[in-house]
Amino acid sequence: MNEHARTHDAETPRIGMWLFLFTEVLLFGGLFLLYAVYLHRYPDAFHLAGQGLDRPHGALNTVVLITSSLSMALAVTALQQGNGRAAQRRLLVTLALALTFLLVKYFEWSSHIHEGIYPQGPELLKLPPGEMIFFNLYYLMTGLHAVHVIIGSGVILFTLHKISVGSVNADNPAFLENAGLYWHLVDLVWIYLFPLFYLVV
Amino acid sequence: MTSHEGSHIVPLRVNWYVYAALLALTALTVAVAYMHFIFLHVVVALVVATAKAALVMLYFMHLRWASKTVIAMVLTMVTLLAIAIGFTFFDVAYR
Repeated sequence: MNEHARTHDAETPRIGMWLFLFTEVLLFGGLFLLYAVYLHRYPDAFHLAGQGLDRPHGALNTVVLITSSLSMALAVTALQQGNGRAAQRRLLVTLALALTFLLVKYFEWSSHIHEGIYPQGPELLKLPPGEMIFFNLYYLMTGLHAVHVIIGSGVILFTLHKISVGSVNADNPAFLENAGLYWHLVDLVWIYLFPLFYLVV
Repeated sequence: MTSHEGSHIVPLRVNWYVYAALLALTALTVAVAYMHFIFLHVVVALVVATAKAALVMLYFMHLRWASKTVIAMVLTMVTLLAIAIGFTFFDVAYR
């Protein structure tokens, strides 16, 4: 056995990451089921409450996240081709877009909170049950998603560090690939959250 | 070394094509939302979202070039999720 000829196993970490992503899918899947059941029970209230969300902000954030997924995919390609510097630049773009997403979300949430529309908020409590449930689900699901964006940003920072010290490189890109899988899952969740909360109703 | 053991390198060009398709689908789903005469807007929104999800999974998440093991795992997951959401929803809807 020639130790130097040994290539890093890419498949095992990948399978582990997918298994982890399945637990994430079930976590959000349960909440999407809750949404489906309440949309079925209160279609008119969901319609009215949905008018309260800002479509341009939601659409902007959709474009921001899709673009961040692109720069993540481009970073993976760059590292695989042996260009660590380009991979780092593209990861920085991804990170900047993640922070942009959170900033837009912050403005959206604070404008609702100013109007008293938040869980147990004075204006929310005056609304009929269907609209109250809509906003509670909105805060729960976009909040949990935002937590994932924050964790993903931390993972990206850690990946940048690992590329800098050389422990993640073209011969051993598994860590970046898995960070990418996590990031794309965050994008996938938003792909469903956006139409369900901002458009459908 | 067989092809599935390593990592498939997706050409930069392909990533940009997928990005363009994702933006076009986003524009489509937003446009449909403003057309009040479309009764099936929930179905349209979910179909478009699923098309976008498929593009992200196949190209950005490399499922198109994944090993049979990973593909079998993902298909099982999707089936289980469909059962969990579908059956529970129908139970609630027709109770």
